[in-house]
Order: sequence, then structure tokens, then C-alpha cells
Amino acid sequence: MTEDARVTWLYAVTAGRDERGAPPDLTGVSDEPVRLVENAGLAAVVGSVPLADFGEEPLRAHLEDLPWLERAARAHHRVIGRAAGYGQVIPLRFATIYHDDDRVRTMLRERRDDLTATLARVAGRTEWGVKAYVDPRAFLPDPADDEASGDDSPGTAYLLRRRAQRDDKETAHLRATERAEEVHTALTALAAASAAHPPQDARLAAYEGWMVLNNSYLVPDDRTEEFTAAVTGLGERYPDFDLEVSGPWPPYSFTAPPEAEEAL
Amino acid sequence: MTHAIERREVALVDLLDRVLAGGVVIAGEITLSIADIDLVRISLRALIASVRMEDEDDHRAPPP
Repeated sequence: MTEDARVTWLYAVTAGRDERGAPPDLTGVSDEPVRLVENAGLAAVVGSVPLADFGEEPLRAHLEDLPWLERAARAHHRVIGRAAGYGQVIPLRFATIYHDDDRVRTMLRERRDDLTATLARVAGRTEWGVKAYVDPRAFLPDPADDEASGDDSPGTAYLLRRRAQRDDKETAHLRATERAEEVHTALTALAAASAAHPPQDARLAAYEGWMVLNNSYLVPDDRTEEFTAAVTGLGERYPDFDLEVSGPWPPYSFTAPPEAEEAL
Repeated sequence: MTHAIERREVALVDLLDRVLAGGVVIAGEITLSIADIDLVRISLRALIASVRMEDEDDHRAPPP
């Protein structure tokens, strides 16, 4: 391959577009023009990116470079968002790269059935993120309940106090987690599906206390208001919970094949 | 308490939760050996390293 060899980065799969083409003036992760590759009644939203930057080794290095990663992740998201303005999309995992368009066409043909089923499953539904933060102190047991007995030696009292603090923290975490489960159950009732993300690193998400909920909900579009009203209502009912909604998102968290979801 | 995020840009951490771990997984050809878990781990390591660097910059004593 020559130095300016290019490979095909995939952003999303949509239903075939007929004559409509790709969103105009849209550029991708490498500032390349975004275009469509069609086959089997489906269209892949793609861009041609330089192998020198997106081959396995250079890509690995880029992934460790936060400014690069942020720029590319936002570009990936921007393309998917624009494509979603033209019809239902299935977002693809970041860094899905094919050697060329022909291989993309083959993939569309081979995966047509499950891609079509996924498109149908997310149609008319939107992903919303809900996070809950708590101040652990709000969930600590009443301190009067675990005063150490005055008869203990200083060393024993110290150890008991340390153990009580640890136990209190566990109790607080359990209480906050149970409350998070109640919030999750209430929101699940309004959603077609839900997906859990791991709690975010406090250094990255810049929060204090605990993140006890970091979920995505796939909400039917005719229930959007009901869903956001439910989050507001839960926030009022549980003032110790700081609830944060994000979205609308393309259905990133709900495009795994159904068999994978069942396995979870 | 509830507050919806009304920023122009989505938060990077929320975005990475979704673009690195979500999205339909179709075996790419170039990146076949970057397993799902790797992608998330590599990037988190980069993020945490960069946050640490910012912290160190913040706390660095001014030059004499």
C-alpha cells in the first residue's frame, strides 16, 4: 500500500437512502467528506481515512492521546447525529474500520437480517441517560446508634470506632444503592429497554460523593415527556439524589444484537 | 434534585461511555485485535493520565 492509502471508517448504518445521498458538507474523524456505501437495502455512513493515522498501530497511539480521542469521538458522534436527522440510524462502535468499500458492501449483505431487525427495534425510540449522584453523608446511619461502650480500652475503642466507620460506609452505600434501584425500577417502567454503564471515574466526571446510577433508557418517543417528568418527580421525591439527564442520544447503548442483550 | 444538562456539547465522559462501549459491534478489519474491553481501558488510561497531568500543572509551584 502507498503512503496515502485510505481505509473506510464506519459511523452508522441506516435504511437505504434511494437518491438522497449523504448529508451534505459533513466531515468526519479525519475531516474527510462523509458519504454512503449502499447494498442490500441498507446504507453505511462512512468516510475514507488515511491508513497512516488509522492503521492498528497509529490508532492505538491516538487512543492514548486525549485531545485526539476527544476530537475524534465528537466527530464520530456529530456524523451519527447528522445522519439521524435523515432517518433511523444504528450507531457503530467507535473505530470500526474496513479495508475498503467493497468489504463494507459484503458486510451489509451478510448482516442484513440482524441490522434490519435492529433498525426496527430502535425505530421511534430514543436513548436518554440518567445519572444519580449522592452525598454519602446523607445515607449514614444515625451516629447515636453505634456509640462505643465506655468500658473499652482506648485501643479497643479505636478499633471499634474504625470498624463502625467502615460498617457505616457500607450501610450508607447499601442504602443509596437500594434507592438507586427504586429510581431505576420507576424509570424502567416507562422505557422499552435499559442498559447500565459503570459508574464514571470521579476524576473524569468531576463529581464528589458517589455515582450510584449511570444508565441509559430506550424511551418510546411518545413517552418522552412522561419520562422526563418522572425523572423530575423522582428528584423531588428523593432530595438526597442529584439526578442528571442527558440526551437525546442515538441508540448507542441498545444496538447490540438481541442475543447479546439476553445474555446480560 | 434534578437538572437537565443544557450544554451545547455533550460531556466527554458520557460520550465515551457510549461511543467506546456502545454502538453496534461489527468486526472491523483493521482494528480486529482491539477488543472491546481494550478500547475502553486504553482510553480511560489516557483520560486519567491527562487529568493527572492537569492536576500536576495546577499544583506546580511558580518558578522562582
